[in-house]
Amino acid sequence: MTDFLETLQSRSELIQQAFLEHIYLSFIALAIGILISLPLGILIARYRKFAEPVIGITAIFQTIPSLALFGFLVPLMGIGSNTALIALIIYALLPILRNTYTGLTSVDSSIIEAGRGMGMTRTQVLKQIEFPLALPFIMAGIRTATVLTVGIATLATFVGAGGLGDVIYRGLQSYNNSLVLAGALPVALLAIVFDLVLKWVEKKATPKGMKV
Amino acid sequence: MIRFENVTKRFADGTEALKDVSITIPTGKLTVIIGPSGCGKTTLMKMINHLEEPTSGDVLIDEKSIKDRDVVELRRSIGYVIQRIGLFPHMTIGKNVALVPALKGWPLEKTQNRVRELMNMVGLEPDTYISRYPLELSGGQQQRVGVVRALAGDPKIVLMDEPFSALDPISREQLQDELRNLQQQIQKTIVFVTHDMDEALKIADHMIVLRAGRVEQTGTPKELIHEPANEFVRQFIGQERINRQRSFGERKIIELLPYFIQTKRGEQVLSVSASENVETAIIFLEQPNTDVLAIYKEDEFVGYLDQSSLLKAVLAKEEGAFAHD
Repeated sequence: MTDFLETLQSRSELIQQAFLEHIYLSFIALAIGILISLPLGILIARYRKFAEPVIGITAIFQTIPSLALFGFLVPLMGIGSNTALIALIIYALLPILRNTYTGLTSVDSSIIEAGRGMGMTRTQVLKQIEFPLALPFIMAGIRTATVLTVGIATLATFVGAGGLGDVIYRGLQSYNNSLVLAGALPVALLAIVFDLVLKWVEKKATPKGMKV
Repeated sequence: MIRFENVTKRFADGTEALKDVSITIPTGKLTVIIGPSGCGKTTLMKMINHLEEPTSGDVLIDEKSIKDRDVVELRRSIGYVIQRIGLFPHMTIGKNVALVPALKGWPLEKTQNRVRELMNMVGLEPDTYISRYPLELSGGQQQRVGVVRALAGDPKIVLMDEPFSALDPISREQLQDELRNLQQQIQKTIVFVTHDMDEALKIADHMIVLRAGRVEQTGTPKELIHEPANEFVRQFIGQERINRQRSFGERKIIELLPYFIQTKRGEQVLSVSASENVETAIIFLEQPNTDVLAIYKEDEFVGYLDQSSLLKAVLAKEEGAFAHD
């Protein structure tokens, strides 16, 4: 235990930097992941025949072992944070995409018809009815993607993108368990904190009338 | 006036929902489209606001084909009450009712006044209910909101698709009465789809009977009862209902004179003219806030009539006490 505290102190600069890099990687990957899969989810919910293939492709990406995916990307993209970001974005796609699709398609069709029958345009139905009602699902998808991304971002170290994986890797190489812990604990902490924050957002996002 | 001209609807799988339907729905009246399930009545109604499109034929509103009208603008000019809920669960009652005025871009104050006016009209105190959510209301209250939401944009035409079918019998009867009263005030062209004959006969000014995509008969409830066009309509109305209406309900109240009583039992009295039909008396006495009717003949009180005197009259009739049975 004292070893661990000592390590934290002596390596604080390294850990701090790695921590910030880790947050940066996760955040950017998530933001881009949302920007891609949210509109895509809305599209496949409207043109449903494309839903199966699109979700299928993202699901295949998901099955590639994360270490292998980083490995594939290096010859194509070289090393650096861009390579890491692409891998992370690929993993963030599926949960957000699938939940957006499920959320939108599970809105009661009679409610949508009521909206159309009252003279709402397609966009108005989407904005005022479908999206608010699907929002809890979408938020749940973003939560899953967040925890996933924070975890996988530890592998960014193998493509030279830094992050808390650096700390863990150095610890492993020097048989320094305290250093491994000093890298792993913040990762777990980050995942938990993000999850809690998003859980709160998810609750806020649930339309009031639906909580009854 | 809404006119259907040789309208046929064939779905992609080849089933014909409507076969060469030509009907007229009169302005300012409550028209009920009735038929067994799967007869095409909802499809027929949805053609009016273009949720369904005829395969061939045309639908005209005031002699203008709806094909020539912008769909969104057309729908905003027609009220729409759908089966079961249909309220948006994530919007407050106020927001739900204000939806069409908001789409039409009414000024805020006009919308707010309209919402309050409408909620008062169906007995939902605005201050209490305006910021509640649909799921916090009972089924009957929700459907009242559904009805006034359809009226909010001040449409000339209101479509109602089995609006009361999911309610318990008591709320259903109440809402039917309220709709009747409301219609007397607002005089809209209401198209009401149902499969419930009691409901139809109670509220309709005009009826359209459908079976398997064809019109079997159109006419007032009275015409349908007295002159059913064919065996199907007769069956559908129900023999028992026809008998009740014909042999008893159609009589004048004054014919029950021997059964009038002179002292009233019960508190809530309603005055009725002796020249009204017995059916009217039956309906009045079925209402929860009426115990006894005070019968007047040309402004002169002749006696009271209550459930038990009615019952005696019915029994006597069955024993042949009335001459021309």
